[in-house]
Amino acid sequence: MDSLLYGRRRATNFIVLSLSFAATAAGLLVLFLILWSLLRNGVPALGADLFTQNTPPPGSRGGLLNAIYGSLVMTVAATLIGTPVGILCGTFLAEFSRSSRLAMAVRFINDILLSAPSIVIGLFVYVVMVVPMGHFSAWAGSVALAIIVVPVVVRTSENMLSLVPASLREAAFALGTPQWKVVTMVVYRAALQGMLTGVLLAVARIAGETAPLLFTALNNQFWSTDMNNSMANLPVVIFQFALSPYADWQQLAWGGALLITLSILSLNIVARLLASWSSFGK
Amino acid sequence: MRRQRLGDTLFRAVTRGFAFFVLLLLGAVIASLAAGSIPAFRAFGLGFLFSESWNPVKDTFGALPAIYGTLITSFIAMVLAVPLAFGVAIFLTELCPPLLRRPIGTLIELLAAIPSIIYGIWGLFVLAPMLQSTLQPALIGSLGQIPFFGALFAGPPLGLGILTASVILAVMVLPFIASVSRDVFLTVPVLLRESAYGMGATTAEVIRNIIIPHSRVGIVGGVMLGLGRALGETMAVTFVIGNAHRIKASLLAPGTTISATLANEFTEAVGKLYTSSLIALGLILFVITLIVLSLANYMLWRMGSQDGA
Repeated sequence: MDSLLYGRRRATNFIVLSLSFAATAAGLLVLFLILWSLLRNGVPALGADLFTQNTPPPGSRGGLLNAIYGSLVMTVAATLIGTPVGILCGTFLAEFSRSSRLAMAVRFINDILLSAPSIVIGLFVYVVMVVPMGHFSAWAGSVALAIIVVPVVVRTSENMLSLVPASLREAAFALGTPQWKVVTMVVYRAALQGMLTGVLLAVARIAGETAPLLFTALNNQFWSTDMNNSMANLPVVIFQFALSPYADWQQLAWGGALLITLSILSLNIVARLLASWSSFGK
Repeated sequence: MRRQRLGDTLFRAVTRGFAFFVLLLLGAVIASLAAGSIPAFRAFGLGFLFSESWNPVKDTFGALPAIYGTLITSFIAMVLAVPLAFGVAIFLTELCPPLLRRPIGTLIELLAAIPSIIYGIWGLFVLAPMLQSTLQPALIGSLGQIPFFGALFAGPPLGLGILTASVILAVMVLPFIASVSRDVFLTVPVLLRESAYGMGATTAEVIRNIIIPHSRVGIVGGVMLGLGRALGETMAVTFVIGNAHRIKASLLAPGTTISATLANEFTEAVGKLYTSSLIALGLILFVITLIVLSLANYMLWRMGSQDGA
């Protein structure tokens, strides 16, 4: 009787644990399948042309130069706009108002913005920027991406600032330092690595964002450095080329997809390494 | 001295200003979308939500097929992803050798780092043909033959459609649910866990009787968070859903979602009513995700304050 019960319990245990092992294996398998198809289809597209030629009309040779440039410029602009906003808001939450009602509300809204659908952000920027200006522009694209950067940076900078030991602040206060100097010269410095991690993760997040750019930066077949004009960018080019019936366009789309994925994965890994080196990190 | 105090006041005011800015951002998104969708609601009234016709030529628009597609793909994605995510979380907290915990956890989280567009291109060229030749014929041949229920799996295996979109969505939300569940599982006090093991419970029994009851609220929060992500997911779905404004019983048939409709049609929309209807779709999507994400964050917050006590 007892051995039957034990047997059944052991069998249940075995089944549950095997299933959980299988689930993890399935998750990892999908990751490798995706990376494998990116490498297999993307590597043949890599070549000097990819980085030196602009996007071609169907049937002729070309590369992704204008799209790579556009993606870089808009990502940098978005990061430059979004990071200060995020850090200052994070500072407010961590340094000035940890548990006030305003802080609670901001935290709640920020967590929602963190997961809000990015296509709605694109729609918002279309309504408030593209329509009044009368044309699509790289600036609108950058603003849309910046709105996605802000909540990521708010979250990480608040967390990182909160990890700075109170004794550091108290030591600075005891010397008669005003609070703004304590925050900017002591706390920021102590939390620098962690905040940098947050910014890197934000960059990784927007580098592949497509939806917010569709109605803001749109796309541009040609080389353009005018921020007031529509601008080519990798994600939208991939979208357009992958869904086209032309084999050479699809090939370029795979090349672009490989480029984006490699840069995002390396950004993520660098950010994680940085976080694990950070002095107050977990 | 006075200058320093001024610096303090100024710095505090500036950071507070940016905190307000984040608050206002959400309000501004809702207000601008609401303003943009006025023409559509004026023309169609609340019937916009329940009308099935989407005809740009005749200028009549109804949101029902897109809302239906959004809800059904997210629902199926959750059905597929939740058990898998729990499996991953259980593996990472209970089964995995400590040395491998970090690397495997990181790899699963990298699934979340891969952008939507990459899932899209992979879904279109790799997953859809794969499902078309394997899973879909099998489903049609087995479940599709059952009366009534079989209607869910009727029709030819097209590859592109509701089911393929749901599978992609499931993969995309898996890491979110898994990492929240793992974090929640780790908040279970070691004392409780060890006591159960000390009484001779198996790992499966500890999971069922200790870990799950203790972390129920957090788990639901994690699932809602995943749902919020799935509802608004755009590019991956746009590639594989087939983009048809129809409601079909079969999960193998092409459909559309709110986000896919926006991605496909917005830049080509001509006429005020067409654009406005699309913005109204965006508003509906935003309101739905807002509700889901608020609930999710409320539950995770309750979970957080519970183990602080």
